[in-house]
Amino acid sequence: MMAFNIKLLAKNHKEDKFVSGHRLCPGCGAPLVPKLATLVAEALNYDLVVSNATGCLEVSTTIYPYTAWNIPFIHNAFENAAATISGVETAYKALLKRGKIKPEREIKFIAFGGDGGTYDIGLQSLSGAVERGHNFVYILYDNEGYMNTGNQRSGSTPPGSQTTTAPVGKKIPGKLQLKKNIVEIMAAHENIYAATATVGDYMDYMNKLEKAFKFDGPAFIAVLTPCVRFWRIKENATLDIAKLAVETKYWPLYEVERGVYRITRKPRQFKPVKEFIESQGRFRNLLKHPMASEIIQGLQDYVDRKWERLLALEEATKDKPIR
Amino acid sequence: MIAEQKKLAITGAEAAAHAMRQINPDVVAAYPITPQTPIVEKFAQYVADGVVDTEMIPVESEHSAMSAIVGAAAAGARAMTATSANGLALMHEIVYIAASSRLPIVMPVVNRALSGPINIHCDHSDTMAERDSGWVQLFAENSQEVYDLIFIALKLAENENVRLPVMVNQDGFIISHGTEIVEILPDEEIKKFIGEQKMMYSLLDTKNPVTYGPLDLYDYYFEHKRQQVEAMDNVRKVFPEIAKEYEEISGRKYSFVESYKADDAEYVMVALGSTNGTIKYVVDKMRQEGKKVGLLKITMFRPFPKEEIQYYLNGKKGVVVLDRSMSFGAEAPLYAEIKSSLYEVAVRPQLGSYIYGLGGRDITPDMIRKAFDDAIEGNLVVDEQRYLGLRE
Ligand SMILES: Cc1ncc(C[n+]2csc(CCOP(=O)(O)OP(=O)(O)O)c2C)c(N)n1
Ligand code: SF4
Ligand SMILES: [Mg+2]
Repeated sequence: MMAFNIKLLAKNHKEDKFVSGHRLCPGCGAPLVPKLATLVAEALNYDLVVSNATGCLEVSTTIYPYTAWNIPFIHNAFENAAATISGVETAYKALLKRGKIKPEREIKFIAFGGDGGTYDIGLQSLSGAVERGHNFVYILYDNEGYMNTGNQRSGSTPPGSQTTTAPVGKKIPGKLQLKKNIVEIMAAHENIYAATATVGDYMDYMNKLEKAFKFDGPAFIAVLTPCVRFWRIKENATLDIAKLAVETKYWPLYEVERGVYRITRKPRQFKPVKEFIESQGRFRNLLKHPMASEIIQGLQDYVDRKWERLLALEEATKDKPIR
Repeated sequence: MIAEQKKLAITGAEAAAHAMRQINPDVVAAYPITPQTPIVEKFAQYVADGVVDTEMIPVESEHSAMSAIVGAAAAGARAMTATSANGLALMHEIVYIAASSRLPIVMPVVNRALSGPINIHCDHSDTMAERDSGWVQLFAENSQEVYDLIFIALKLAENENVRLPVMVNQDGFIISHGTEIVEILPDEEIKKFIGEQKMMYSLLDTKNPVTYGPLDLYDYYFEHKRQQVEAMDNVRKVFPEIAKEYEEISGRKYSFVESYKADDAEYVMVALGSTNGTIKYVVDKMRQEGKKVGLLKITMFRPFPKEEIQYYLNGKKGVVVLDRSMSFGAEAPLYAEIKSSLYEVAVRPQLGSYIYGLGGRDITPDMIRKAFDDAIEGNLVVDEQRYLGLRE
């Protein structure tokens, strides 16, 4: 493993693979996700081929006749980024075997998907591709809603967050369900490297990218990626809010390698999850709702339990890979 | 020169698997569904035994089968899949994407009734739901045609002026599970005929990166759709050349339509798929009785061979169109196309629409004869949809 730092990346940097000029909102966290992935691949001397599910990242970076992708890119549909890349990766194997291609550098395969394309509509396609053991990295940029289509609820939307399909109303205080635990679902495929990351802690993200690229088999990284537009935050607050998610236990940074848990950030002191809630306009209506304190307390209890459980899992699985 | 061919007693599904074995695609991704299953099973055995060295992707659904094949084809691989009915319906979204991405995919489709209610037997409702998807659609009459058409389809799909995906349809169970003698060309002949695929815009060409599937709005989408029309038109030019080349090695002739005693007939039946075999039998019987009947078999349904149809049907006294699927609230798919083609001919025949065989309902020579008799008696009604073998 090399320890990534800006100098090292700058030294190896020849040409931008994901270029500016795309139409993601100013301050959006999403472009950092491919940007850093392409930089890490470049530093490791890999070529990349990318698939991308329908969503903000895809529609804003490939408006015909323009493209922000200086690497081979395929968008197929919303729910099939993983199945699509599994076909590309298999073609690579087949054509290498038959001597029909002679790449100068090793090619790595990435599928990017939003939370809608991952937790919800694309879950089957992703599970199938991981179960089959294709060599690819699936990178989820999680902005906790269907943002491209105007902020609808997803399986990743947290309770009380304002969305157009689970709005905070006079009676119902918005979405009632907690987020689906996507990392556990992916880790349960066992032969996988699964990790969380945020765009706020890019060193941690890049180290995980390196592990993911080098892992022999499928890898999955869930990157919490604030959306300025629908989280109702300032353009310059994206990274701070992503960090706050870690500092409040809302989004712990950890990894699971073939069943072995490792927490990659252990803040000495945690802040209450309420600070995370209060930092974003999407919870404004919740905060005014009579059930606000009950819901926030529920979330606090949940993140506390989740953290304790993570610590226990780290301890229990040490040196005990499941495969 | 016509090559020496081996005669095998095999089913239509096995004929498809044999063709796939000889193509030895780079990638096959498939999901089982009756009656397509024996194709996948047979091919998986070829892979397991090392008869082919294809990379097979045992996907978790047909949606992923088509998605993976789109990825593989965009990467420059020769990629195939096969399906039936609900599997094809599940692929539907990506079937369109495959065509608009101009990917040369060949897919044997074993026709089965589309749910609901669920039914595993033959009709054409599955493939008809894809008729506007931008795929070339070919229909086989028997196992031999399944085998032959798959090679022709591959060469057509990969032609630089076409670059479109092709479905090769065979009737579920009737063809797919019925054993017939099929003449198999030598492996080397097939290899020569199909050649190597010329890789175009491969995702693995990292030196020349391409973006597949961009957001294409009102400023360009329309022109791209127009280009698909162009590609379909090119099929009309290229298909006869490829068929001719195939005839030279196999001795078997393929064209958009096949006329069976239609030239001098007064009454002509039009149909798709295996039923054409039964119609030929009835035509022979009725000819012996001095009745001037004939058959126009449709081998290519997309692009629709309008000119050939006009050529054969202009001036006939009566034309009976058989459909193995319906369009609820409108005319049946094949009938609507034939009727519209005949709008432009000098002498329009009387026309009759007959639905038959839904959900695998048997079609007998008597039923076919009954429809011919209607035509001969001048009893065809252009706006009436009739049914063969239906309990009323
Ligand atoms: C089959 C299908 N259903 C619905 C849509 C509409 N749609 C496009 S993107 C999208 C939401 C994307 O959400 P997410 O994956 O979270 O990405 P984001 O836009 O938030 O980045 C939806 C619902 C679609 N394109 N395809
Ligand atoms: S809507 Fe949100 S996720 Fe989409 S581009 Fe804007 S800030 Fe980014
Ligand atoms: Mg989202």
